[in-house]
Amino acid sequence: MAEVKLLGAWGSPFSRRVEMALKLKGVEYEYIEEDLGNKSPLLLKYNPIHKKVPVLLHNGKPIAESLVILEYIDETWKTNPILPDDPYDKAMARFWAKFLDDTCMPAIWQIMWSKENQREKAIEEAIQHLKTLENELKDKRFFGGETIGLVDIAANFIGFWLGAVQEASGMELVNKERFPVLCRWIDEYVNCSVVKQNLPPRDKLIAFLQSRFSASSWKY
Amino acid sequence: MADEVTLLDFWASPFGIRVRIALAEKGVKYEYSEQNLKNKSALLLQMNPVYKKIPTLIHNGRSVCESLIIVQYVDDAWKANAPFLPSDPYQRAQTRFWADFIDKKVFEITKKIWTAKGEELEGAKKDFIDCLKLLEGELGEKPYFGGENLGYVDVAFVPFYCWFYAYETCGKFSIEAECPKIIAWAKRCMKKESVSRSLEDPEKVYEFVLELRKRLGVD
Repeated sequence: MAEVKLLGAWGSPFSRRVEMALKLKGVEYEYIEEDLGNKSPLLLKYNPIHKKVPVLLHNGKPIAESLVILEYIDETWKTNPILPDDPYDKAMARFWAKFLDDTCMPAIWQIMWSKENQREKAIEEAIQHLKTLENELKDKRFFGGETIGLVDIAANFIGFWLGAVQEASGMELVNKERFPVLCRWIDEYVNCSVVKQNLPPRDKLIAFLQSRFSASSWKY
Repeated sequence: MADEVTLLDFWASPFGIRVRIALAEKGVKYEYSEQNLKNKSALLLQMNPVYKKIPTLIHNGRSVCESLIIVQYVDDAWKANAPFLPSDPYQRAQTRFWADFIDKKVFEITKKIWTAKGEELEGAKKDFIDCLKLLEGELGEKPYFGGENLGYVDVAFVPFYCWFYAYETCGKFSIEAECPKIIAWAKRCMKKESVSRSLEDPEKVYEFVLELRKRLGVD
């Protein structure tokens, strides 16, 4: 009997990505909330190298790193594929998912943690990367085409968390004037049922982010 | 119609070497194009506008960027022989996890070994050996990470072997003394033509590293 468990954290976009993929494919799973300030023996056992969430357990066997997990889910449960079959299109999807994780998201966080005199430069860099992302979207409904794919799932941070970060910090990075195409995608995205069901409560997230920002005495 | 394949690369780059090994394993004929990274060509900027980096693969006019993504693409596009990834989804996930580990943890640490000094250098050396020990654990008794043949993790990691001499000389330590299994694995890989023809001469790499150190003002 197949048994699927997910070690996750309510506020983590990486954890929510996995939930989105599992729900999209109709996979039943048991969710285990991890307290990241006090990591459980289970988490340390199943992800000894990075000690992070999400960790997927399928019949007791662990898989870590959200993008690795997403590809595993796609290969194991064939309903509603999130990656295209064509090798080139697949490579492009992987490229943009990696761009989000390696370049886009770190640039956005950099704004939050940078010193005041470096903030302008950090904001410029983040805007540049978001424009690159927006260019990739062009006139497609989703990054994945007509339906959401790997890149849309990976872009959940842009789709939802960024708005919460902006409200919690008072910093505005993405608005309709600057990013008309990206904002159109964000609206479509958060209204998708599989996305809507897998987002943390907005107020709770904003409150959590506010406490993080004030703890580091970040002022915009 | 014959495939047209060009690889924009830089001789010393371990990331570029990954792609060279992958193409050689699949028997793909391609044009190797050495890039001047201090004065990037119009072709490189056109084919990799996001990162402007090597390696960049051009296949029938379309570019694929980021070394591990290229290696997976080569595996998918030339399916007939030498698969890099296992067929079982769980084993594929583990393979991808370890390649990701090499990129996320190992590479950053190796940069510190040839640029840092004092305590920072000692810390980097320890972290590097710890990573190698984890990789030794993953290798186990298998001849290659891929099992009986070269696989994705082998292709991802073996290019760094030609940089080991530079790490050891800059860091004043012996990798073989701490991690003999990794060295044995690397030497085993080097017996394969796809690997021995793709890796660069360690002495040449070391001279290049010395030049980089001078440029960065390390010495």
